Amino acid sequence: MKINEIKELLCAEILCGGEFLSNEVNYAFGSDLMSDVLAYVKEKTVLLTGLTNTQVIRTAEMADLNAIIFVRGKRPDQDLVKLAMENNIVLMLTTDTMYTASGKLYSNGLEGTKI
Amino acid sequence: MSLIQYHFNVEKDDFDRAGEASSNIKKILRQLGIDAAIIRKVAISTYEAEINVVIHSLGGVISLEIDTSSIKITAKDRGPGIANIELAMQAGYSTASDKVREMGFGAGMGLPNMEKCADKFEVESVVGIGTTITMHMYI
Ligand SMILES: Nc1ncnc2c1ncn2[C@@H]1O[C@H](COP(=O)(O)OP(=O)(O)OP(=O)(O)O)[C@@H](O)[C@H]1O
Ligand SMILES: [Mg+2]
Repeated sequence: MKINEIKELLCAEILCGGEFLSNEVNYAFGSDLMSDVLAYVKEKTVLLTGLTNTQVIRTAEMADLNAIIFVRGKRPDQDLVKLAMENNIVLMLTTDTMYTASGKLYSNGLEGTKI
Repeated sequence: MSLIQYHFNVEKDDFDRAGEASSNIKKILRQLGIDAAIIRKVAISTYEAEINVVIHSLGGVISLEIDTSSIKITAKDRGPGIANIELAMQAGYSTASDKVREMGFGAGMGLPNMEKCADKFEVESVVGIGTTITMHMYI
């Protein structure tokens, strides 16, 4: 699924990485546990999370994640956004909860990470 | 003999800078043209080791050494050490504080994931002295 389609489905606001919206992701993973993200995700994955500390970006950087969706309208601070920009990671913000956002993406064909 | 060596200090409880050592190591490996799948494994396991130094130890040093056949990562800290390594290695075992859990860590997955990512993995620990994690990835 194109990152832009994710943005449309979740009526999301793009915080950075707008130049990468035509890139594709193959899987999604939803978690607030960074060690689970590090243990399970594969490449070309979008992460849905309610956490907004800079370790989320470090996790994405190490695991080569392409995009992060912050759910429940939780807005990260500028330092986090800057770190994401340095690492070419798309950040977006949706007011949907984790459950609703995941449901919308799944029912439109975006698979979950197989563990 | 390693051809390349780098050392990075890691401070206890420094959540703003946690991950910088791993980030630097990832960049160095990328500049050297190491295979992306290997870099990813090194980055993930180094980051898990770095976070452990930040949240569980009194501080330490992460080292990167590269020779013609492997990448070696060492995370050496100044204590408190791990009393029962077998228990600590079990998936799900964690003594992380509530504060650390709120930051997204404390699933008890770090050590098992390091072992999974590394081609060779060793934990040495002496209570009161410190812990040393050594990982090799063959290139
Ligand atoms: N460097 C260390 N010094 C002291 N104790 C450690 C160290 N590393 C790990 N431990 C102990 O081993 C346990 C398991 O470590 P592990 O990395 O697997 O999980 P965690 O750090 O608690 O959570 P996660 O890694 O999933 O965020 C820790 O909770 C801690 O008790
Ligand atoms: Mg850990």
